[in-house]
Amino acid sequence: MAEPPVVEVRRISKHFGEGSARVDALREVSLDVFPGTVVGLRGPSGSGKSTLLNVIGCILEPSSGAMRLSGELVYDGKWLRADLRGLRLEKIGFIFQSHNLLPFLNAWENIAVARILAGASPAQAKGRALELLTYLGIERRQDAMPGELSGGEAQRIAIARALANDPRIILADEPTAALDSPRAGAVMDLLRKVATERRTAVIVVTHDEKIFDRFDHIYSLRDGALTPPIAA
Amino acid sequence: MNLALKDINHNLGRFLLTCLGLSLLLGIVLAMVGIYRGLIVESLGLVRAAGAQVWVVEGGTRGPFAEASRLPGDTRIAIAAQWGVAAAGGVSYQNVEAQHRGQTKRLLVVGAQIARPGEAKSVDEGRPIIRSRYEAVVDRGAGLMLGEQIKLGRNKFTVVGLTTNLVASGGDPVIFITLRDAQKLQFDLTPAAARREAARSSGTAGATDTVNAILVRLMPGVDAKRFAQDITRWKHLAALTQEDQETVLARSVVDRARRQIGLFTTLLLTVSTVIIGLIIYTMTIDKKKSIATLKLIGAPDRRIVGLIVEQALAMGIISFVAGAALISAGQGYFPRRVVLELTDAAMLFGVVLAACLIASALGVRTALRIDPASALAG
Repeated sequence: MAEPPVVEVRRISKHFGEGSARVDALREVSLDVFPGTVVGLRGPSGSGKSTLLNVIGCILEPSSGAMRLSGELVYDGKWLRADLRGLRLEKIGFIFQSHNLLPFLNAWENIAVARILAGASPAQAKGRALELLTYLGIERRQDAMPGELSGGEAQRIAIARALANDPRIILADEPTAALDSPRAGAVMDLLRKVATERRTAVIVVTHDEKIFDRFDHIYSLRDGALTPPIAA
Repeated sequence: MNLALKDINHNLGRFLLTCLGLSLLLGIVLAMVGIYRGLIVESLGLVRAAGAQVWVVEGGTRGPFAEASRLPGDTRIAIAAQWGVAAAGGVSYQNVEAQHRGQTKRLLVVGAQIARPGEAKSVDEGRPIIRSRYEAVVDRGAGLMLGEQIKLGRNKFTVVGLTTNLVASGGDPVIFITLRDAQKLQFDLTPAAARREAARSSGTAGATDTVNAILVRLMPGVDAKRFAQDITRWKHLAALTQEDQETVLARSVVDRARRQIGLFTTLLLTVSTVIIGLIIYTMTIDKKKSIATLKLIGAPDRRIVGLIVEQALAMGIISFVAGAALISAGQGYFPRRVVLELTDAAMLFGVVLAACLIASALGVRTALRIDPASALAG
């Protein structure tokens, strides 16, 4: 039997402002993302990509619609959980365009911090961080500070941090934008590996045409509306 | 994993330099409180050294320190004859400038009667005054040695004893001489015209046998307060118990100093609070992206608030400890006596912690307003 989708977005709309100043950032967007798949979201600037990512990431409240994350109905006309940060910590891993590693923590601490925030002991968190560093092949850089890491290494640490709490969903905002082609390819390979081996749903917002062939499906957004998926 | 300490460690040089600057400010605050305490200790030291239980002064005054008091010298005999009096001694106080080894020294001359209340009790080196003329017991702060002579007025006095930390509320070292010498000194210092006027006058206005107060030691079991009340009924006299005299000194004589020092202390603490607030605010702005990232990955508000407040507290604690160490090490070099009391330090420490909490409010407000979505913006 097929696995249910990890992300179920149903007729989600989001508008900003009212009356003549009203801007429809999302128009009745519906989307299913299944475990083990890597999905791309593309579109011109202002098309609603970031708004959709923020809505799925429970950072931005939609105006209407419904949303279910790893089986739990989290939005149905209003947020159904008060603790959205707890929800993010538990279900979602984030990867950023400019890695966003905390500059005052070294590589393993940057990964462990997510685990500690979820309630793990420092020893457990360090164990998990070292395990992920080995999984992603950068264990030798465990004590390096963010400023000492190359762009590719920093993005791998960021991926490890996103995986620290074993989320079912990873949201990546242009994760290859600051990388050259070989490093961008390596990061996408890692995301593919994570999706396949950990049954994680990966949603990537990107403009980078070089990596379009790495997605299972690519959705396009234009004026807040989602076009049907294109198999990559 | 303490994020506040990790962040401090990341910018350790900048953080320590800030703490150094703050420690100088807090050190000055502590020194000012210490100087105030020193002022009280010095003022009370002179009163306590007198060894009296009741101070009889001119009626309607709270002399001799808070205001001028002048009594005929023979009042002592009447007081000494009162029931319950073990001993009574007349004393006079006057400020003089004396030349010694080419330097001008300001001294408080205490004229007291030998073996009566008011004489120098705690002589650490040498002996008390035993001759009726031209002997002196002086505080070490004056820089005189045993056996040395100092000229006061027209006469030379030989130092026969030394005391420690016995100074006037203004910080001038105290020199004890006999009451007779002190009265002579007072007369000698008067300009020639006034001296002639004094010789021509009759009564206390022209008399040289005057004292500023009569110090009374009571027999065991006699209530000092009651005795003072009885003396006050004499109308032309007033009497203060030792406790009253200490209160007068602490509240009246050093009150202006207390208010001045209190004002400066408040200003410095306000400046310190503003500085801590601005530094914490700047540090928060520097960490805006990190805070947004922490919020986005799920850090609760208490973690974010903890990050800001712990840094503010760390700054306050390190600065306070450094400031206190600095002042403790340098207190001997201050021109005035600095008395550092543990209770004052503990109280100031509490105020500094409260100031840190207040100072971190702006940083906390800024941090809590940071939108987690801003972490996603490139």
